[in-house]
Amino acid sequence: MEPLFLLVIIFYLLSTIGYLLYLFFQKDYLQKTGFYLMAAGFLCHTAKIGYGFFRTGQFPVANFHETLSLAGWAIAGVFLLFQYKYGLKILGVFAAPLITFVVVVAARLPNVPEATGSLLSNVWLVAHVIAIFIGEAALALACGAGLLYLLQENAIKSKHRGFFFKRLPSLELLDSSGYACIVTGFTMLTFGLITGLIYAKSVWGRFWSWDPKEVWSGITWLLYAALLHQRLTVGWRGRRAAIMAIIGFAVVLFTFLGVNFLLKGHHGQFTQM
Amino acid sequence: MSNMLDIVLLGVNHKTAPIALRECLTISKNETSAALKAFQDLGSIREVMLFSTCNRVEVLMVAEDKSNAVDTAKSFLSHLKQLPVSEFEKSLYIHEGDDAVRHVFRVAASLDSMVVGEPQILGQIKEAYQMATHTKTSGVLLNKLLHRTFFVAKRVRTETGIGDRAVSISYAAVKLGRKIFGSFEGKKVLLIGAGEMAELAVEHLIRNRVGDILIANRTFESGVDMAKKFNGQAIRFDEIRDALEQVDIIISSTGSPDYVVTRDHVKGMIRRRRNRPLFFIDIAVPRDIDPEINRLSNSYVYDIDDLKGIIDENIQDRNKEAIKGERIIDEAVISFRHWYDNLNVMPTIVELRKKIEDIASGELKRTQQTLRHLSADDLKAINRMTDAMVNKILHDPTLLLKSNGRYQDKSVYLDVVRKLFKLDES
Repeated sequence: MEPLFLLVIIFYLLSTIGYLLYLFFQKDYLQKTGFYLMAAGFLCHTAKIGYGFFRTGQFPVANFHETLSLAGWAIAGVFLLFQYKYGLKILGVFAAPLITFVVVVAARLPNVPEATGSLLSNVWLVAHVIAIFIGEAALALACGAGLLYLLQENAIKSKHRGFFFKRLPSLELLDSSGYACIVTGFTMLTFGLITGLIYAKSVWGRFWSWDPKEVWSGITWLLYAALLHQRLTVGWRGRRAAIMAIIGFAVVLFTFLGVNFLLKGHHGQFTQM
Repeated sequence: MSNMLDIVLLGVNHKTAPIALRECLTISKNETSAALKAFQDLGSIREVMLFSTCNRVEVLMVAEDKSNAVDTAKSFLSHLKQLPVSEFEKSLYIHEGDDAVRHVFRVAASLDSMVVGEPQILGQIKEAYQMATHTKTSGVLLNKLLHRTFFVAKRVRTETGIGDRAVSISYAAVKLGRKIFGSFEGKKVLLIGAGEMAELAVEHLIRNRVGDILIANRTFESGVDMAKKFNGQAIRFDEIRDALEQVDIIISSTGSPDYVVTRDHVKGMIRRRRNRPLFFIDIAVPRDIDPEINRLSNSYVYDIDDLKGIIDENIQDRNKEAIKGERIIDEAVISFRHWYDNLNVMPTIVELRKKIEDIASGELKRTQQTLRHLSADDLKAINRMTDAMVNKILHDPTLLLKSNGRYQDKSVYLDVVRKLFKLDES
């Protein structure tokens, strides 16, 4: 493994520890430490990905190692941005372990450079990949906010407050943060799909070819579109919105990984090991 | 100052005296300053502070003679409140020295309160101390003790979770609401019925900058009166159902035997409310709010038992935190003892030196009378030798007494020195 990537993992791991300690002891400096460690990890991660990009001249999604690494990077980036903007400190308890898990799995996979030719240097394709990754990272965070919402709501409804009640923020904050994540995620997803369609047209001469990945991406998009529609029209919020955010992310995961492993399609190379 | 000064405290509190007796002994603010002056004029008491709240009446004194001070304080209280000493003597507790210091610390840190951790007590002590400084009945010892007390109380509050948890029904309800809404700004409140706890909860919410307040009462007139009090708006009792569309927090406290708000009332509103959360605080017995509402989405119902449950948990938590507070106080008592001992060291050293010098000069005089043949130079030499002997004899004991912190309990040494050289007998 590259030393830089090792450093990334160490930073993420320490950040995770910081956030877990914060969950237990509720000291603000722990959460801040977690945040800065995450930021340090993210910078190293950016350097690693940037270096790979310049060395090979192509966007680093040529194998499963690179894909996962990029996914971890995207979640870290989106998390840092949301944390900075909305200050939902406790979300780190979900995000940091997830990011660490993703990059550790990435590190365990062989990083064999794949000769993909000019495939990954098309500007539409690069935009497509970046938008999709950022969108899916935001949806991952929405899933986290949804999980925390369910925990907190259960504590309040059941009247057995317990461990999470005092540690988690208000339902309102969890709900609105989850919503903000979904709006961001959905916007990026939409942009990613459009650029993907344009790329498909430019390479294969048609927008849509009923490839399993395309179909599942469409399903994912429709799911979130429905969720947002319900929120805007009848004010779907709270528990139901939280459950939908979690189901939505499960579908995202299936589209991202499941389709590649279980079905066949023209996105196969990203998960090559 | 041949005697060491002692800190003595006597008083009654909610644990030792019933409310009827505490009421009789209560010293009002107007009485305090006159009482302090009268106390000072008694002479045998060097410094004094009076502290009286609804849960305790205490006299904190600095005196040379402890038992005399206690008797003086008793008869003074008896005289002031026109109550025979026998009436309250059994309920009195008397603390001296370290125990008195610890007691003051514990009271200020709210460890001795009826509700452990309640925050008012420190302010009340500060007021009592100000009174004592105004009437100039506090001196070096009380000044130091009280400043230490404020410091310790603050430390206990910040370093333990003693004051973190709500221990009143209304406050617990407000804290719970915060876990649902985050902020109360712009949230609308509906108060159904009236009652002390319900009104207290509304006051808490107003302090937390809640939005409009609607008041529904069976008799519209009393609703209007109440609305004036809270700067809200009265609605008729049969308008409650429609009001559910716009309000967010419902506090109910009526004498109604049936549910005032039922599940069906709320269910019909959810869509019209666009799923905004609803928080019901039901303080009434029998209940006003159908508990089934808690099962509806984004609706939360807490009745009086649920809220009591929170409070019981919180009181347990506070008591756990109180143990940490006791440790902080133990440390503070020891550190105060060090300061106090040092205060007594200098007079003892001076007295010890005076005693030895007196002996030396007395013996010198007698010797001179028998040895008349000595020249002036010889006498000078003998004088110098005596001085040197006094200095050398006193050197080590003085060092020992002055040594800072090397010997744990300096008072033991002071005590021994004073006994050894009979410094306390004049």
